[in-house]
Amino acid sequence: MNIIYNGEPRVVTDEVTVAELLAEFNLTPRFVAVEVNQELAPRDGHETHILRDGDQVEIVTLVGGG
Amino acid sequence: MTMETPLTESPAAGQPRAAQTDAFELGGHVFQSRLIVGTGKYESFDLMRDSLELSGAECVTVAVRRERLYDGAGKNILDYIDLDCYTLLPNTAGCFNAKDAVRTARLGRDILLGLENPGADWVKLEVLGDTKTLLPDPIETLAATEQLVKDGFHVLCYTNDDPVTARRLKAAGATAVMPAGSPIGSGQGILNANNLRICLEYLKEDDPDYPVIVDAGVGTASDVAIAMELGVDGVLLNTGIAHARDPLGMARAMKAACEAGRWAYLSGRMPRRLYATASSPEDGLIASRPRW
Repeated sequence: MNIIYNGEPRVVTDEVTVAELLAEFNLTPRFVAVEVNQELAPRDGHETHILRDGDQVEIVTLVGGG
Repeated sequence: MTMETPLTESPAAGQPRAAQTDAFELGGHVFQSRLIVGTGKYESFDLMRDSLELSGAECVTVAVRRERLYDGAGKNILDYIDLDCYTLLPNTAGCFNAKDAVRTARLGRDILLGLENPGADWVKLEVLGDTKTLLPDPIETLAATEQLVKDGFHVLCYTNDDPVTARRLKAAGATAVMPAGSPIGSGQGILNANNLRICLEYLKEDDPDYPVIVDAGVGTASDVAIAMELGVDGVLLNTGIAHARDPLGMARAMKAACEAGRWAYLSGRMPRRLYATASSPEDGLIASRPRW
């Protein structure tokens, strides 16, 4: 299915969960937070949150800043 | 940690006082250092880590940005910040409206919850109005403050040095108001000390422990000392260290200046006088005095 990942179109496994998507992208779950359609997808729900075709997904991490 | 000898803002005349500790309470966190240091703009993560250590800061700011999916061994800043030593303060830097700032704050909190860092309950709110000056948008900052307070955040508000805006932010439930000394990253220091004095007066009226922090514009150590001597509770800076020729040396300087300014404020400076007053006795001189 197609999602918008961090502003770019991307093809991912159908009905993937947020947790599975992080694994697919090889990301350390501890270091990231996820938003789906501009709403926070809280980390304690990553295992059960199933993504849908067309979802806008933002995955963010911490970087240097003032 | 407790304050063994509580410090009052205006020590009674003639009473010697030497504080055992001068702990800094901010949004439920207690720090010994009054310097909050940013983690941006360093040439390397190694230099950042060492600068943070030398600054003595116990609280460091971080930004929230899109993950860039490195192919290989991408380095994460969190590999260079000892989470047992530092309380993280996530910011909403780069946001230009309340909605984006609230989204960013919620994302930052979710990461810190996963890290089990005590900073999960607060945010440095920054809502900018203009890309050239990076001056805050006071209306959007106020709207974001109201929402984030509802969401249970301790909100540390970056704002300009306008006392009226400062009072509005406090009334909206901000945990601390953080006026800029001068524009972010400009290194111009404290441009309007009188506005900061009025901010302090308004915000600490009937509430002397309300935290006021100078955030942004600090260029060198004397700027930190000047801010602290005005009576602000802390200083937040980033570029002043990161863009010094020698960030490690400047980190030490900022630490010393913060302590020096704080002690000078607590100790109460002598009055300014137009004419000199001799420090040595005027009696018992073997020298004759001039007529003028």
